[in-house]
Amino acid sequence: MAEASYPEDLKYHAEHDWARIEGDQATFGITWYAQDALGEVVFFDPPEVGASVSKDDAYTEVESVKAVSDVFAPLSGEIVEVNEALADSPEKVNQDPYGDGWMVKVRLSDPSEVDQLMDVKAYKELLGG
Amino acid sequence: MAPPTDTLRRTPLFERHERAGARLVPFAGWEMPVQYEGIRQEHVAVRTGAGVFDVSHMGEIETSGPQAEDFLQRVLSNDVTKIAERGAQYSVLCREDGGVLDDLFTYRLGEDRFLTVTNASNHEKDLAWFRDHAGDFDVEVTDAHERWAMLAVQGPDARGAVERITSGGELPARMRTVDLQVAGADCIVCGTGYTGEDGVEILIPPDGAGDVWDALMEQGVTPAGLGARDTLRLEVCFHLYGNDLSEDRNPIEAGLGWCCKLDTGFIGSDALRGIEPEQTLVPFAFTGPGIPRQGNPVRSEAGEGVVTSGSLSPCLEVGIGMAYVPVAAAEPGTVLEVDVRGKPRAAEVREKPLYRKETSG
Repeated sequence: MAEASYPEDLKYHAEHDWARIEGDQATFGITWYAQDALGEVVFFDPPEVGASVSKDDAYTEVESVKAVSDVFAPLSGEIVEVNEALADSPEKVNQDPYGDGWMVKVRLSDPSEVDQLMDVKAYKELLGG
Repeated sequence: MAPPTDTLRRTPLFERHERAGARLVPFAGWEMPVQYEGIRQEHVAVRTGAGVFDVSHMGEIETSGPQAEDFLQRVLSNDVTKIAERGAQYSVLCREDGGVLDDLFTYRLGEDRFLTVTNASNHEKDLAWFRDHAGDFDVEVTDAHERWAMLAVQGPDARGAVERITSGGELPARMRTVDLQVAGADCIVCGTGYTGEDGVEILIPPDGAGDVWDALMEQGVTPAGLGARDTLRLEVCFHLYGNDLSEDRNPIEAGLGWCCKLDTGFIGSDALRGIEPEQTLVPFAFTGPGIPRQGNPVRSEAGEGVVTSGSLSPCLEVGIGMAYVPVAAAEPGTVLEVDVRGKPRAAEVREKPLYRKETSG
């Protein structure tokens, strides 16, 4: 995805992660800004299903040729599904960061944390307009 | 120590890098392009076509005078008397105890005139070292960094592209240099490189560097950044100072004994004589998933080691690297385990180079 984009229906975390809230579950991924800063993603080692994630803590890593980058959980909960396809095609994180490039699905332990995330307007302001 | 970002130096090509969409990062006190379109794409362009790297951050020291050869024979590890006029030679600069201060290419421009190319991060240190040891010799040591911009044009199509913008003679053979006009600028063209591909490195007066760059772009040469330069050199196991070489390592354990001619009496040769290192630098590749990184601990049946360079190999599509390991674990095929941030990853010692061009026809 060559042009910056930030969907309206997502919630955003300051570490450049997004969450798509679906009832008591959420899908996590990294934003267009994050994948652009990282460059071509060449390795993603999915975390374990069943693992706990805590809001604001790293739950996995993505790697470009040059660098390793932590991926932070925008919300707390338990991983119920991971995007296994990224192990073979990590470039999906660059090509479709809000679609095929999703990373994990999480059953939320404290849905009220959603209130602490940014909407798209606030996230774009964080990015500088 | 790197200066703060507001005093980063820029090469004469800085604006061109910006226009080409480069991602510019601080590197050894310079603001340098780490990538343009993407490391992998630039890497492949150099392996299959031609790429150009701005390496103007690298330094040059000119050594001239009646005892220039004697002086360089004292400070450089290789046998400087073997450099023919207009030839080139690789060597290391050692401390008295054998620790490596830098690795360098030296070109003999005339009988008593040499140009030594330094790593940007070591240039001032090297220059001070040269000057400190020049006192006993009839030589002049000159900082020539401001005199030269430098472009490395590398890849199977690199010579063709440079030939088409050059006048005044033929391009140099490998490990030779020739004075030529490139895009109208009086340049020193050198048959050297850091990618494992054929190509040249061009020393250009700074005010001519833009014209050479533009002419190379017109020839369809791909701009390539320091990111691809690193993955290209790692695939062919060339050392990177600061990763694989340091003052805490000697050239013997680094596998550079071949360029240390102890009989020449260079500084450090006494310390290196008869040395039997406990560790040695080996290339390795992962046999499963993961990407090794500098500093990752290494385990083997013979003991522990450490990764000094690591990356994904764009050509081999596996994690590759170089590591210091116990000498007993240096044989190709030896199984290693690399601890990548807590995850054990399977690896194997390989022959160098890790990547070898398929010979066609």
